[in-house]
Amino acid sequence: MRDGQVVKGVTFRDHRVVGDIMSLATRYREEGADELVFYDITASPQGRSVDRGWVQRVARVLDIPFCVAGGIRTVADAEAVLNAGAEKISINSPALADPDLIDALSQRFGAQCVVVGIDSQRTPEGYRAYQLTGDPTRSRPSGRDVLEWVREVQARGAGEIVLNCMGSDGLRNGYDIEQLRAVRAVCHVPLVASGGAGAIEHFAAAFTQAGVDAALAASVFHTGAIAISELKRALRGCGIEIRP
Amino acid sequence: MTDALIIDSGGANLASLQYAFARLGATTCVSAAPEAVVAARRVVLPGVGSAADAMRRLRAAGLASVLPKLTQPLLGICLGMQLLFEHSAEGEVECLGILPQRVQRLQPSPARPVPHMGWNCLPTAEADPLLEGLGALPYFYFVHGYAAPVGPFTLAPVEYGESFSAVVRRANFWGVQFHPERSAAAGARVLTNFLRL
Repeated sequence: MRDGQVVKGVTFRDHRVVGDIMSLATRYREEGADELVFYDITASPQGRSVDRGWVQRVARVLDIPFCVAGGIRTVADAEAVLNAGAEKISINSPALADPDLIDALSQRFGAQCVVVGIDSQRTPEGYRAYQLTGDPTRSRPSGRDVLEWVREVQARGAGEIVLNCMGSDGLRNGYDIEQLRAVRAVCHVPLVASGGAGAIEHFAAAFTQAGVDAALAASVFHTGAIAISELKRALRGCGIEIRP
Repeated sequence: MTDALIIDSGGANLASLQYAFARLGATTCVSAAPEAVVAARRVVLPGVGSAADAMRRLRAAGLASVLPKLTQPLLGICLGMQLLFEHSAEGEVECLGILPQRVQRLQPSPARPVPHMGWNCLPTAEADPLLEGLGALPYFYFVHGYAAPVGPFTLAPVEYGESFSAVVRRANFWGVQFHPERSAAAGARVLTNFLRL
């Protein structure tokens, strides 16, 4: 999300408008998506919280769960988004800046509401968590090791982790299975794979080889390259239990 | 009079429930006043947060002694269903005691992360007006870290590593562990059935 529209970039750069929020939300619901995640990518870099008007409009039409991310820095920010009808809130840069926020949100709303997103880059020293990734000019490493951060956010009360592998994002070459496996080994809450899906077999690999609980994708659905119904049929054919 | 009263239990998910009923053309109101709850045609007990918090709020509102005596249809959703039981391990709190048994924490295992979040199907269900017309393998959306065991009042169990109650009923009290307001067509059907009770 940027300025009220849905946008998608490649490796977190060069975002292009792909459509209107409401029409995309309705389309994905009808095509059988199991959950939608909305990232307000410029909220944190611009130092503002998510605009709540669209959250309420989306909540009125959607009858599947949805998660809102972007610029949630306080318990009050989160409460406003949840009261507007979102199921979950996802925090990323604000959690890196103030890890106690995870504890506060989890105690107030329960772990099941609190998703921690991690934008991870492979470096010679290991996987590193990045922050302010919605704005290429401000995106920077947080100094945290991803595997240690995964352990810490769980101890603080995160109920779900979305791992965005930045190196593969938008390229459609497949999820970073090796990285997902490394995170899965230390992640005991639901783990969502994100970044790189380009073909049906990429989704299947994330489930069967990395053992993730869910797979998130944007580009392939926005462009229509993969139809959700066809994807779900194929995954069921691989023995993965998924809602028809 | 509105079709259903949603108890204001202090959780933050009231909007999605209200919107779900509105999509079905039903009218709802939100209240924690005992006299309004007693007079309502149908009552929904939602709940997000912890059992101990929710029970504290119900007691403070004077509802903990009122709810077990209601005679109109009541639907507990997620934590709201768990509150119908005797006791919850979440905060070790006495609950409403409408149903026997105790709500337990789901035990995580490598193949089964907790909280349980996702879509699961109910392979078997007792015949009940709340569950009419759902088809063979209805899928519902679950988000929870605690669960009620399968017992004499279970209408439908669900399997997530172990079996637990997905739908329960005792007399005019129904409870669903899943979120019907976020369970697409199957969830809408459950809410429609509830509006016909």
